[in-house]
Amino acid sequence: MSSLLEVRGLSKEFSAGGMMRRARLHAVDDVSFALEPGRITALAGESGSGKSTVARLLARLYDPTAGAVLFEGRDVAADRSRSNVLRYRSKVQMIFQDPFASLNPTKTVRAHLERPLRIHGLAARHDVEARVHELLETVGLVPPFAVAAKYPHQLSGGQRQRVSIARALAVEPRVLIADEPISMLDVSIRVGILNLMRDLKDRGIAFLYVTHDLASARYVADDILVMYAGQVVEQGPVDEVLANPLHPYTRLLISSIPDGTGPLQQIEIRKGTASAAVDPRPGCRFVDRCPLAIDVCRRETPELVEARPAQAARCHVTAPPTTHGEDVHAESAS
Amino acid sequence: MIADLTVSTTVDEQQLVRPLVQIEDLVIDYATRSRTTRAVDGVSLAIGTGEIVGLAGESGCGKSTLANAVMQLVRPPARIAGGRILFQGEDLVGKSPEELRRFRWRNVSMVFQSAMNALNPVMRVGDQFVDMMRAHERVSKRDAIRTAGELLELVGIDRRRINAYPHELSGGMRQRVIIAMALALRPELMIMDEPTTALDVVVQREILQQVRALQREFGFAVLFITHDLSLLLELANRVAIMYAGEIVEVAPAGAIRDGARHPYTEGLLRSFPPLTRPVERLTGIPGSPPDLAAPPSGCRFHTRCPHCLADRPALYARQTGERPVLREVAPGHWVACHLVEEQG
Repeated sequence: MSSLLEVRGLSKEFSAGGMMRRARLHAVDDVSFALEPGRITALAGESGSGKSTVARLLARLYDPTAGAVLFEGRDVAADRSRSNVLRYRSKVQMIFQDPFASLNPTKTVRAHLERPLRIHGLAARHDVEARVHELLETVGLVPPFAVAAKYPHQLSGGQRQRVSIARALAVEPRVLIADEPISMLDVSIRVGILNLMRDLKDRGIAFLYVTHDLASARYVADDILVMYAGQVVEQGPVDEVLANPLHPYTRLLISSIPDGTGPLQQIEIRKGTASAAVDPRPGCRFVDRCPLAIDVCRRETPELVEARPAQAARCHVTAPPTTHGEDVHAESAS
Repeated sequence: MIADLTVSTTVDEQQLVRPLVQIEDLVIDYATRSRTTRAVDGVSLAIGTGEIVGLAGESGCGKSTLANAVMQLVRPPARIAGGRILFQGEDLVGKSPEELRRFRWRNVSMVFQSAMNALNPVMRVGDQFVDMMRAHERVSKRDAIRTAGELLELVGIDRRRINAYPHELSGGMRQRVIIAMALALRPELMIMDEPTTALDVVVQREILQQVRALQREFGFAVLFITHDLSLLLELANRVAIMYAGEIVEVAPAGAIRDGARHPYTEGLLRSFPPLTRPVERLTGIPGSPPDLAAPPSGCRFHTRCPHCLADRPALYARQTGERPVLREVAPGHWVACHLVEEQG
């Protein structure tokens, strides 16, 4: 079965270090997942975990060092013709973090939405206005004729982000990649954008929601991938992963989040290097901060192992290769 | 592994008899040639000795301006247009620059969101401690360096890092250096304005735990400002909610968590998706915060309030025409809302 957008063994390395010492930063290391229509997948992690690099690889802003991005079953890197790139760019749209920087201050909302319609030839001249209004209504900007005439500076941050989303929707994409779309917005209007994402999902769009905020991931997403130092360390249904995390890093992340349900609880936080993805040695990249580490963790890089149904983790201790998930793979392979 | 750090969330009545800081009816204007914006409009708030007070609100509500006023850092085009700020009974408004210079760091210190970028990039961390301490106290360089090392250890940084330059430290470590500097002269109050907003959640957690432990050890008071109400509900003894230049609700953290009364506070609480509790569709708050150059008449929240409806004409007239004032609805729990007042 082929998914709408599938990522296989995706890796991206950057040069790091100075003149004297060449080093390679493994920003994204062997990441695989699939996006399905009508599902939201959260890609979570802290700054430097590689989550934004994955988003940029999917948007074709970078070329991968290794691995493939398959759209509707075809490797997008294979055909670099202009028509193919244009088609991919219209079917896979990106929503950025900063709604202040991503809109042109000298253009009206109408101009922002008309442009992609014209470039991709998606509406006849006499249909453009009706389509613009329809897009604005879809993202909750009403009355559309009034909003269409406005300039970005006349809109609030939340309204601007809705315009960015409307612009992404203009080209009738099948996949939306939203990179921290609410982190620059005021608290009271974030929920509105999250609700809009939930509504768009119901229209059959496949969503990748890149975020550092696990609570919002739980609110909108169906599945979650947790990244640490370039690798996916845990993945599965979001409710399962957050209620019963396997990986010690996921556990640390969850217990660090203020939930406002009671006074601050003291948790143990171990020190560790933040540059684990630079010239990584074999072994688990979380080992220095891990309360569960055993000998093997320093020697061998753990694989993603499905330790519970649909829930996998990269951990020798909580998801060892002998658990039932591995058996399932062995059987299906034979 | 998990130690309970629960403290009483009720305010010590003794402390409030004469609080450490008493802000009274404070008004701060930003005046430009074309218009005047009232960023803080008649705010009163007390901070008790050793108390952690949380101040929550959205961007532009005036919370940072209020913090700057306590630190006496209000500069043109902003100016204090009215009210008093009493620190241990003495009014800070009108103090001379020299008096204020001695007051800052010694009595009140401040940690900003971008404080980690305020370190001098070409000076070693230890030398920056020495400079700051010797500007306030007669202390030898050797003693200052020794104190700096002790303070760094307190915030979880190896004292050998005293010889490091800021760029050699991560953002979280630099922010902890600033917190250590803020502690150096044993101030009675530390103002923390979004001190962890730019940091990752695990680093934020580490810093909050350290602040809490240090606060218990040294007994300083904290005014903690953030847009993250969930964080305040865990950290603060009392929480004040600010909207459009006014404080609309003040109560012990537990009372805000379990029994918030102001519709804006209720809306804020409904804006945070839960991490563990069941997920329901959240509503947030419709609309967006008002322009303070032309704030709405009456209750400033009435344009977004779900309880401001024309079908109750008498109440509606008050909501849209009369400014509500803070009234005590339960011991220590103050709310500025016409609806709450009518409900009693």
